[in-house]
Amino acid sequence: MNLAWWLYLSALLFAIGATTVLVRRNAIIVFMGVELMLNATNLAFVTFSRMQGTIDGQVIALFVMLVAAAEVVVGLAIIMTIFRTRRSASVDDVNLLKY
Amino acid sequence: MTHLWLADAAGTGPAAYEAASGAVQSAAWLLVALPLAGAAVLLLGGRRTDRWGHWLGVALSWASFVWGVLLFLDLRGLRPEQRERDLHLFTWVHAGTFRLDAGLLLDPLSLAFVLLVTFVGSLILVYAVAYMEHDADRRRFFAYLNLFVASMLLLVLADSYLLLFVGWEGVGLASYLLIGFWNHNPAYATAAKKAFIVNRVGDVGLSLAIMVMFAAFGSVSYAGVLTNAPKASTATLTAIGLLLLLGACGKSAQFPLQSWLGDAMAGPTPVSALIHAATMVTAGVYLVVRSGPVYERAPNAQLLVTIVGAVTLVFGAIVGCAKDDIKKALAASTMSQIGYMMLAAGLGGVGYVFAILHLLTHGFFKAGMFLGAGSVMHGMDDAVDMRRFGNLSGAMKFTWVTFGLGWLAILGVPPFSGFWSKDGIIEVAFSTGDGWRPWVFGLTAMLGAGVTAFYMSRLFFLTFHGRKRWPAEAHPHESPALMTWPMMILSVGSVGLGGLLVSGGRFETWLEPVTGHLTEKDPVVGKYVLMAITLVLVAAGIALAWRQYGAAPVPEVAPRGSLLTVAARRDLFQDDVNEAVFMRPGQYLTRSLVFVDNKGVDGVVRGLAAGIGGLGGRLRRWQTGLVRSYAMSMLAGVLVLVLGVLAVRIG
Repeated sequence: MNLAWWLYLSALLFAIGATTVLVRRNAIIVFMGVELMLNATNLAFVTFSRMQGTIDGQVIALFVMLVAAAEVVVGLAIIMTIFRTRRSASVDDVNLLKY
Repeated sequence: MTHLWLADAAGTGPAAYEAASGAVQSAAWLLVALPLAGAAVLLLGGRRTDRWGHWLGVALSWASFVWGVLLFLDLRGLRPEQRERDLHLFTWVHAGTFRLDAGLLLDPLSLAFVLLVTFVGSLILVYAVAYMEHDADRRRFFAYLNLFVASMLLLVLADSYLLLFVGWEGVGLASYLLIGFWNHNPAYATAAKKAFIVNRVGDVGLSLAIMVMFAAFGSVSYAGVLTNAPKASTATLTAIGLLLLLGACGKSAQFPLQSWLGDAMAGPTPVSALIHAATMVTAGVYLVVRSGPVYERAPNAQLLVTIVGAVTLVFGAIVGCAKDDIKKALAASTMSQIGYMMLAAGLGGVGYVFAILHLLTHGFFKAGMFLGAGSVMHGMDDAVDMRRFGNLSGAMKFTWVTFGLGWLAILGVPPFSGFWSKDGIIEVAFSTGDGWRPWVFGLTAMLGAGVTAFYMSRLFFLTFHGRKRWPAEAHPHESPALMTWPMMILSVGSVGLGGLLVSGGRFETWLEPVTGHLTEKDPVVGKYVLMAITLVLVAAGIALAWRQYGAAPVPEVAPRGSLLTVAARRDLFQDDVNEAVFMRPGQYLTRSLVFVDNKGVDGVVRGLAAGIGGLGGRLRRWQTGLVRSYAMSMLAGVLVLVLGVLAVRIG
């Protein structure tokens, strides 16, 4: 099978994730979009690793997973706090930090 | 000190004399230090010295005089060629190759000034004890007067132009403080400021002259400049001469910097007598005479000195004819008489001798007349309008007689002092130069004598003769002895000093170490013819004044008068000219500069700040607080970057 297809899949997943981040208001869903984008890049890294025959891409994918896990912890905590105070998980309601 | 003098008196020989001489000379700094110490004690001592402070001032001034007499006797005992001692005090400025010592120059010229300043000054201080008796600030007055005496002595004793400048500024400061002594009156405070500012204009000239000397000779001491003057180019010497003349014009109230002297009469009368008649205003003449070697080799600058003197002499005389304020009339006369001195100093040669001689005699008779005017004011409740005096000769006998002697002296009636000096100047003016010069300057000086006779007689008759015109509440009375005695002593000088100094060429011989040996030239017209014409003019002046102000009734309010009278009352529009030419344009200049600063310089700075602030205000609208729009812009940015990279790689 042509490895390029994996890249097309990765791009498709990234596009879906990005669209999710841009159009959805619910913070949890937006968060899922972000995760999807991260994993789309992981897929691209692994595919490139396979194409090059080196292990570098896979190492970076592991790093990304690690960072994503940490980010989930912090992000979900923030979303929880916001929900508790404002009774809403919509990202559009959290707009106090502006001009 | 004492035992040395005793040794000298006992005549124990030349060795003892040398020792005494050395001690008197090496302590010559006491001349300056004594009055300076007096000023310091009186100013720092405050109210504690109120009770005896004025007597301290008087005593220290007399002490300076006594020391001056000792120095004079000492110098007289030496051979003429030795009569110039440069007393080293300390190294003042030492920078690289430049070295300037502060020192005192004891020579016949400086000692003539020392004796005039300390003697007339001390007499006036005694007079002021009584004159200022009811003034709460008498101590401050004496402190300033002592400061003046110290500065004036430093001015004449300095052995370099820079040290002279210190004294020059010192007398300027004292003059400012004393003109504005009654500064609770805003007009007097303004007069003080005017004198100060006009003097600054002259001081710029003097300080520039010192800088040119430094550039040309690398030295600013008399020894360095005057002995090297022949080596310098005429252009340099002319520049120095003109700048020194500017300084002299400021200090001596010569045209065109004469406007301050009339207003300076705001000061108490002893101040007018000492500073603005006898001593400080003659400093310009001293400067010109001292710088003789410079002027000798810069004929154009020298000619300008003569012209300035001649113009001022006429100017002052015209103004003097119209003033009704007794002190302002005397001030105009001072201006005119210093014009005579400048004229003589500009003629060079024998002119120097007569300039200084007239300076000395004028110091006596003008100071005496000012003190007389002060005595009249004292008896008339500080009134100064001569149209409200009249017939005071009966009420103030001493003042009348002493003033009268001063009057005869300034007219140049033989054998009074002024005759010898003023006639000498007229004669020198007629005998110096060639072509038009002796005629123009000689005739100016001669006509000036006639006009002087008119306005001084007018002043004398208006005050002491004619009908009495004083207001009913005035009770003119003679002043106390402390005031009349100094006047009497000064009037003795007005009578005899001129003849004493001239007889046998005594003064000329005395000044010889400074001026060099001089030979008198013959005037273009016979000497005795000149004398006769001058005396006829003087007599005509007196007669005219008597006809108008002595015999005829004088209106108590000044009539409108001719155009010239009106102009002369306004000092020939000198203030108006200064205002139109310097003050108004200056004000407009400062106003336009303020405008440019506000609108231009500040405008750029403020506009820049406002522009950046405005830009920031617009840019911050981008911060909407909506996370999704931030995400959108991030995505758009990444897309642009990726597309850009692709475009470069593929294209």
